[in-house]
Amino acid sequence: MVGYLLLAIVVFALVAFWVGRSAGDRFVTAGGASVHSLPGYHGAFVAVWVGIPALVLLLLWIMAQGPVIDGLLLGTLPATLLDGASNADRSLLLSEIKNVAAGRIFAEPTPEIAAAAQSLLRWQQIADWLMVVVVIAVMLLAMFFAYSRLAPRFRARHGVERFTTFIMIACSVAAILTTMGIIASLVYESIEFFSMVPVHEFLFGLRWEPQIAIRADQVAGNGAFGAVPVFLGTIVIATIAMLVATPIGLFTAIYLTEYANDRVRNIVKPIMEILAGVPTVVYGFFAVLTVAPAIRSAGSLMGLATSPNSALAAGGVMGIMIIPFISSLADDAIRSVPRSLRDGSMAMGATRAETMTKVLLPAALPGIMGGILLALSRAIGETMIVVMAAGLIATLNINPLDSVTTVTVQIVTLLIGDTAFDNPKTLAAFALGLVLFLVTLGLNVIALTIVRRYREQYD
Amino acid sequence: MDMVAGKVKMTQQSVNTAMDPSDMLERPIRLTARDVTVHYGAKQALHGISIDIPDRAVTSFIGPSGCGKSTFLRCINRMNDTIEGAKVGGTIKLDGEDVYDPNLDVVELRARIGMVFQKPNPFPKSIYENVAYGPRIHGLARGKTDLDEIVVSSLRKAGLFEEVKDRLNEPGTGLSGGQQQRLCIARAIAVGPEVILMDEPCSALDPIATAIIEELIDELRENYTIVIVTHSMQQAARVSQRTAFFHLGNLIEEGVTEDIFTNPVNKQTQDYIMGRIG
Amino acid sequence: MSEATVSTRPISQDRIRLRNRRNAADFRLRAYGIAAIGTAIGLLAILLFTLVIGGYSAFVQTHIRVDFPIAAENVDPANPAEGNWRAVVSDAMATLLPGSQSPAETRQIAQILTSNTQFFVRNAVLANPDVIGGTLTLDVPAADIFDQLNKGNISRDTPEANRRVSDQQIGWFDTLVEQGRISTPFNWGLFFNADSRFPEIAGLAGAITGSFYALLVCFVISFPVGIAAAIYLEEFAPKNRWTDIIEVNINNLAAVPSIVFGLLGLAVFLQIFGLPRSAPLVGGLVLALMTLPTIIIVTRNALKAVPPSIREAGYGMGASPQQVIWHHVLPLSLPGILTGTIIGLAQALGETAPLLLIGMNAFITSPPGGVMEASTALPTQIYIWADSPERGFVSRTSAGILVLLGFLLLMNAIAIFLRQRLERRW
Repeated sequence: MVGYLLLAIVVFALVAFWVGRSAGDRFVTAGGASVHSLPGYHGAFVAVWVGIPALVLLLLWIMAQGPVIDGLLLGTLPATLLDGASNADRSLLLSEIKNVAAGRIFAEPTPEIAAAAQSLLRWQQIADWLMVVVVIAVMLLAMFFAYSRLAPRFRARHGVERFTTFIMIACSVAAILTTMGIIASLVYESIEFFSMVPVHEFLFGLRWEPQIAIRADQVAGNGAFGAVPVFLGTIVIATIAMLVATPIGLFTAIYLTEYANDRVRNIVKPIMEILAGVPTVVYGFFAVLTVAPAIRSAGSLMGLATSPNSALAAGGVMGIMIIPFISSLADDAIRSVPRSLRDGSMAMGATRAETMTKVLLPAALPGIMGGILLALSRAIGETMIVVMAAGLIATLNINPLDSVTTVTVQIVTLLIGDTAFDNPKTLAAFALGLVLFLVTLGLNVIALTIVRRYREQYD
Repeated sequence: MDMVAGKVKMTQQSVNTAMDPSDMLERPIRLTARDVTVHYGAKQALHGISIDIPDRAVTSFIGPSGCGKSTFLRCINRMNDTIEGAKVGGTIKLDGEDVYDPNLDVVELRARIGMVFQKPNPFPKSIYENVAYGPRIHGLARGKTDLDEIVVSSLRKAGLFEEVKDRLNEPGTGLSGGQQQRLCIARAIAVGPEVILMDEPCSALDPIATAIIEELIDELRENYTIVIVTHSMQQAARVSQRTAFFHLGNLIEEGVTEDIFTNPVNKQTQDYIMGRIG
Repeated sequence: MSEATVSTRPISQDRIRLRNRRNAADFRLRAYGIAAIGTAIGLLAILLFTLVIGGYSAFVQTHIRVDFPIAAENVDPANPAEGNWRAVVSDAMATLLPGSQSPAETRQIAQILTSNTQFFVRNAVLANPDVIGGTLTLDVPAADIFDQLNKGNISRDTPEANRRVSDQQIGWFDTLVEQGRISTPFNWGLFFNADSRFPEIAGLAGAITGSFYALLVCFVISFPVGIAAAIYLEEFAPKNRWTDIIEVNINNLAAVPSIVFGLLGLAVFLQIFGLPRSAPLVGGLVLALMTLPTIIIVTRNALKAVPPSIREAGYGMGASPQQVIWHHVLPLSLPGILTGTIIGLAQALGETAPLLLIGMNAFITSPPGGVMEASTALPTQIYIWADSPERGFVSRTSAGILVLLGFLLLMNAIAIFLRQRLERRW
């Protein structure tokens, strides 16, 4: 029914367009250049008036129909059935009626239920037909209204352009809605979580054992949701990644801006772009298959006990992933130092290294710091490498050769598989997500502010 | 030297076209501006400009750069609307109709007042499409043959048709600078405007292309009211019948071109003509 | 001081030492730079090298040519679908390798072929029922361990106890090699099969289809919405606090970790809207939200690159601001927008974490028939295979990665091509 109605709306809108355009054509034939809008705009004006309200009405109707009929249905049921019934009982009752109405009968229904099912079917039919009638009536009314407004001097183009502007505004609000959706869902689920596990337990607790909380006899919040070990693991891995990526990325940027000729730059830059374009799942596989075993055998050669999923492997590979990020941001920062500073230093007889370390780097420092902060936020939020290469068990440990876990790993492991939204195990993932979101957001805001200030300084 | 040449040429023109300066006074007034002011934010760019612009004649605005002549030109077809923070006061009337009437559709206004810009800016489309665009969006052509006719006649009026008739489908950006500017004039004519505003139309062109455009302007005068902003006094002297001198956002003096150049009333005008300011 | 004294002044040892030290510092910095770049390139080389070494063998697949006697006692010509296909397979293998009679051995011999052999035979017979009563010859994929043996991934020198094939099984396989029944053609199954528990017949068809659908949804949503938003913000929006907020918000959204988008998808699309788990539709929606900021940013840059003179020309002709955008500015900036969009889609194609959270890592053995059907995507398929213990999945993971990288390379090549061919310099 809805499909046909949608089709009808499209057909009506097309007809409306044609009607409007022919009216516009007539105006032009009669009045020549004094007609305000092109015939096509007259057509589009009528089509928008016919199509859009009907479409909105249809969507609202579909959303409202279910609850309204449910309400009506409950109203007709005998009071004996509803006395003392909780909300859950009511919805159970409703679904039973719906099953009977749909012919999915498992046991002989009571006469009340059977009667309710009958009236449900009747109402649904009435609602469906009513919907068709109302929507078509709205379209006809709208067509009449819009058509009656058409005139040679009528500004159809303005009407159509107002509509497209509205659509464009709605699209730009989509980005805001996404952010609000993220915040709302994270905060809502986190509040649920914190009603089961106190906030201070979560933020300062030292034991993270979420998997045992699924057992019914386990009292949630018994210290099993203390996220400190998870935070610590995240910090360990992110630190390793930054220790790998910062020097390599920085020296790469220095070499590319100061020493390399165009040929070298034209080779190295695309390679860096490839490095940046490799999906993280690939890095994860690389860490598991190549880097972790290599580190392990190197460790055993030196007589060090090394975990098969050591923090060093995950962090190191994450560092590789971040190199191009740092090098390109540092490159930008160094490049945006005014040429005059560099020339001044060179003119005094400074070597290129002296110019770089004494003049350019200090001047570019805020930009580079901003870049490093952005990279750090990347490292903290990175998921696949650690999911594949880091550990699952949260331990209070900063040994890079041991296995540690991270926030993102825990989110994935808590949510993979079946998820029910009523146990702390699932909700804990959202609490971790909220922390992750806030921390990365904070880092980004600081970094972007630093970078912007820095740019303004030299503009 | 140039000055003299320009003057000589102008005198010839006056003879050729038999337009006696006194004739100008009897021409109907097409555009009237009263007390027009423009503010860009806190900065005032125009201080109360009042001027009458006659029909089917060339009026030129001269003055040192930054004097407000372009700003005033852009007020006439409301191009300042597109600049954020620009505020226009006073009234400008086209045939007695207020250009800034909130009920007036600026788009229709700009179809009546065409504009040619400082740098030739043809659309990166074919020559044909460049000229056909205006008639299309204003619904001036009924069908393809109608449109073809408008395009050809506009290109002819702009003196470009003979040069491009074999390559109407080639991009307009491939033409020489002077040809591009004539294409822009053809494009403006195609909409059937009553007034054509030209914002230093020759400043990006070489002398030969400039001469051709100037000749064209003189021809177009027969059918259109033309307002031209120019930084070159010689050009003003060569092409225009009336001249207005702007300085620091004020209209200093305005009158028949010959009078302005030979017998300026105002001291500042005199200084500018003599080359002491500018 | 005269010139003569300057030129003859002896350069002191201190100065020479200082100069040498300064030059050495310069040399050191340059060496660090070269070392850093060398490290980065070397790591990339190692990465690609291990992938190619690990993955190339999965592009071919060991096949065994087997003659299946389709005896009427096993297959009823009236109802071939219900035949005893298991018996057909074991009979065929028993005739290939005579001399082993115990039931356990017969079963083991049949296991040289992939476990799905009976279905291959059944489908072939159903397609051509005339063969009942005769013999059907098919090239059947070998089971994973024999595939690995054939490719040399299982060493015959390893003591029998430490390898997964017995000496006897190796003997059988060698007999088949002597009979000339072994071939290793290109592994089309990698592209045309869906996932399977058995590496030898597991392929990427389901993942590629799933990724295609997800990217399609992503494109259909993020492209128009992104362009509309960018046009509004760049061309029409008044500069006030609201648009500032939207602006800052878009920049920050571009830096939100991808897994957070997965949480959003889980909580909103699955939990509130009740959309099906593992569906490419949901994956595409989440990817669209992630790609939206990218598309808005590249579109704004492309719009900015169109010179104002074009806009002025339009306004001067009496075109309305929207007409100027639709007729002139947008067509001119489209190459730039498309380039950016393709790069954004390439990022979306490689995105894994949010898809895990909405369940696109399910085990699904047929390609999805639409955007609402459960499916995997290329990167999640790689993740699933990387987690699988069978030896055959290791090389298939690498091969899957190579396929994914191939797609990414293709998309980037298209983007570069578009940029160079269509983009206009002003």
